[in-house]
Parts: sequence; structure tokens; C-alpha cells
Amino acid sequence: MNRVIVTLTGKDRVGLIAAVCTYFAENGINILDIKQTTVQEFINMMMIVDMDGYSGTFASMSEGLDAVGREIGCVIKAQREDIFDMMYRIRGWPHDRAERGP
Amino acid sequence: MIELKEVLETNDMILHENLDVRTITMGISLLDCISPDLDSLCDNVYSKITDRAKDLVSVGDDIGLEFGVPVINKRISITPAALIGGSACKGPEGFVRIAEALDAAAKDVGVNFIGGFSALVQKGMTPADENLIASIPEALARTERVCSSVSLGSTKAGINMDAVRIMGETVLKTAERTKDRDSLGCAKLVVFCNPADDNPFMAGAFNGVTEADCVLNVGVSGPGVVKNALSQVRGEGFEVLCETIKKTAFKITRIGQLYAKEASRRLGVPFGIVDLSLAPTPAVGDSIADIIHEMGMEYAGAPGTTAALAILNDQVKKGGVMASSYVGGLSGAFIPVSEDSSMAEAAAIGALTLEKLEAMTCVCSVGLDMIAIPGDTPASTISGIIADEMAIGMVNQKTTAVRVIPVIGKGVGEVAEFGGLLGEARIMPVNKYGCADFVNRGGRIPAPIHSFKNRGGPPPPFFSISYDLT
Repeated sequence: MNRVIVTLTGKDRVGLIAAVCTYFAENGINILDIKQTTVQEFINMMMIVDMDGYSGTFASMSEGLDAVGREIGCVIKAQREDIFDMMYRIRGWPHDRAERGP
Repeated sequence: MIELKEVLETNDMILHENLDVRTITMGISLLDCISPDLDSLCDNVYSKITDRAKDLVSVGDDIGLEFGVPVINKRISITPAALIGGSACKGPEGFVRIAEALDAAAKDVGVNFIGGFSALVQKGMTPADENLIASIPEALARTERVCSSVSLGSTKAGINMDAVRIMGETVLKTAERTKDRDSLGCAKLVVFCNPADDNPFMAGAFNGVTEADCVLNVGVSGPGVVKNALSQVRGEGFEVLCETIKKTAFKITRIGQLYAKEASRRLGVPFGIVDLSLAPTPAVGDSIADIIHEMGMEYAGAPGTTAALAILNDQVKKGGVMASSYVGGLSGAFIPVSEDSSMAEAAAIGALTLEKLEAMTCVCSVGLDMIAIPGDTPASTISGIIADEMAIGMVNQKTTAVRVIPVIGKGVGEVAEFGGLLGEARIMPVNKYGCADFVNRGGRIPAPIHSFKNRGGPPPPFFSISYDLT
């Protein structure tokens, strides 16, 4: 599992999430979870996706999301999930486990 | 499962509070490059550095992109150059050649600084040490990315006052050689007491002789994040204040740990340490002085500042230590003046003086840092400032350092501009009374005793009573 957190922020309107989901569907990226809040006309959306089925690099996906963001007038950002796990959870993380073995 | 608010908090830190990983520094041992022939020594040094560090910058950038927190600097530290140049360099010119080879290697791999043009002379100087020190003004004037440091004292060895005297003169000569750029050379030159072998921060980084052949050390940052966290708990007691700093330091350091492990895996180089430092930049909001202000001081330098800095330094360590498997380097809060816009402002209005900064260095992580002083300051006075700072480090068993910039051609109140992360600062006044007779005595200050603490005052009452009875 190659989990990435994708956040979208911007002015809410019809079709924002559809645009992002279409990009993922076209690139073989599976969506695991979606959360969102809207405050007045602004939207904060977070998706957890799995990049295992994606054939490109992280940088190319990031650029692809940038392009979608420009099209729909929102800021879209992708980050590996590890960073949030490290900052907000006290537990082992992938490399530690790999070093210990199964 | 990660919560939305956690993701938003992190992205706020990156976007609005200047959260970054300040540096990934690759330590490279050059001991196996030693050769009696200067040309082959320089070739060996250049080849080893460009081989080991060829992917450092790209890996640092990739990690920054993938995890979302930028890595500001990618840097290299090397074995103290005086240790590798001894047999090849017959004079200072030889060491200038080594500095040029280091500069070329740094430019080739794209790192912005390479540290370790250094000598460790806390007890005595070899001819190689003397030649390296003599070459510093020329080496720093001719190169762009080379940083130099000299260790002048330690708790175990005492202070080498001959070297302190020479370094006062060397700082002034370096200033003179780079006077067309506001004496910028001195921003790349630092002297230490009790230096750290695994420090990733410049100008004082070098790869100590007890370190591995190649190792990765990471320096974190985040004064803006701490400042913002403290602004949420205004008016609360010290318990809440300390807990808030600790929790914030934990989060920041976890990023450093993640980046260090990830860079280590991708480069195939062992992870050394995470340096838990709050390192400011001239950017608005990325300031230690702002944290001190948030803690309740009108300006950094006001009474209470030393206590506030002591709290900050200690809580950063307490929060950070659990977040990383290996902690090292300098670890704490840096208090540079020109590199921190609010510190520079406090100094400009007179709230922060050189003497207060000296007091603050008793509890900060390093020492007098990036302080612009008048260009006509005598070398002996600079040596006196260095000796004071070395004494604080020696007696308190901590790292202390001096990086002052005598700005040639400028006086108190004028502004010196160093550019980029080095920032700008108004020139601070220096005590005008001399210390030349002290500095010129020559020799060493013996190592201090570490028993009989707090026995400096009058004898305790018991002895007075027994004395009366006899």
C-alpha cells in the first residue's frame, strides 16, 4: 500500500470532487477515504489514496493534480501519509518495521 | 486514520508559519584522501565529495516534494581540513588550494555550503593548524561556499589563548579581505568552545574524526510554528507554556526524523543524528525574538529574556528527544542577530545589547552569532569577546561560539547587508575599553575544576562558629 494524502482547498462549487476523482480514475489511483468540510463558500477536502496502481512517479502525479487544480481554481496538494503518521501518532513506522523484519 | 484537522494544521504550518527542514547535511570523512602531494590531495578530495554527494540535492528535493515540507538547504561537512592537509601543505597557500577544491566540489554537486575548513586547537596548534588558520582570510575571500571553524577551547582542555589572540586578528583580516561585500567573509567563520562533531548547521559544521565515513545529519527548524502555538495560550501559566513548546517541538522533530531516515534509505548512507534546533531566518515570522516577545517580553533583550530563552531551549530538547532515535548536534534555540529580523530590530532600537546577548548564550544552544560590530574594533577586543564566550562554554560544559562581523568602513548604527539567509543588521556598539594586556599574555587557560561547586562565596556558617570557638 502506497498511501498518499491529497488535500483540496478553494471556493466550493459543483464538480470539484468529480474533477479530482476523474483524474484518479483515469490514472489507476484508488481512493480509500474522503473527508470534507465547507465553511461558508470555502471547501477543505482530504482524500486518502493508494498509488500502487499508478505507473508514473510521485512528481508526475503531483504535476497532474496541479493541472487539475488550475482548471477548477483550487489548490490541490499531495503528500505521503507517513509525515502525518509521524507527527500525530506515536507508533513504529514503515522503515522501522522493515528493519526488524516480519 | 489521519484526521482532516491534523492535515490542515500541518499545511498551515508549512504555508503560513515557515515550517521547513532547515538542512540535510552529509558528513564525509576525508581521512582516506590524505596524500603528501597537494595536487593528488585536492583531486582525491574533489572526487570523494562529488561521488558521495552526487544525489544529495535531488534526493533532498524529492523528499521535500513528496512529504510536503521543503528542505531548505542541502550541505556537506568534512573532516577538519587541518587534519588532512598537514603533509601536503607547506604553507597557507596550500590550504587555500584545498579550499578551492572544496568550493568546486560544492558547486558541482549543488550544495550551498560546505563546512569543515577547520582546525581543532583547544590545547595546542600543529604547524598544519597554524597554516590553516593563516589561510582563512584568503580562503574565504576566494571561495563562495566554504565555511570555516576553529575550536579554541573545551571543558577538558581549557582555552588556548594563543589561538584566541590569533583568531581575533584572523576575523579582522577576513573582514578586510571581503570589505567590498560588508565583510561577508566573517559570516562564514566561527570559533567554538566544545564543538559538536555531528553539527549539521553552518558555519560550524564539520565531520568529526570519530564519525563514520559518510553519514547524514538533519537540522530541523520551526520558530514560526512555536510562536503561533504560543499565541494560542496567551496569559496561561508556565506549565501550559512549557507543555505547548514541548508538543510543538515533538511534531517538528518527527519530521526531521522521517526525513533523515528517508534520505538515509534513498542515498544508502547511515543516519547520524537529528539536531533539534529552532533556527530562524530573516523571513517575517520565522524568529526566535518573536517567540520571546510572545512569551511576554516587550522586545528580546528586556529583563526576563534569559529566563525565557532557558525555558525555550529546555522544552525544545524535552519535546524533541522522544521524537528522534538519535539526537545530537547543537540542539536548542539559536540566537543569531542578522539572521532573525526581530532580533535585528531589537538590537537596532537598543533593547538588545552585546552584553545581554552574552548572558543569553549561557542558556541558548550556541553563542554570539551573526553580530555586526564596528569595522574599527581592535583585534584584541574581538579576542576578548571570544575569550569571554569560550569561558562560558568551558565552565558550563556547553557548546559556545562566536561569529561576529567587524564591518570594515562602517560604524555603530549603520546597516550591514549580507543577503539571503544571512540577513541584514544594524552595527552594534562594542565596549570601548581595552583588554590587550590580557589577550597578549600568551599561553593557555587551564581546564576548570568540576568539584566544589557553589563554594566561591564566604565559608558556610558552621566553619565560622567553629572558628569562634577556638
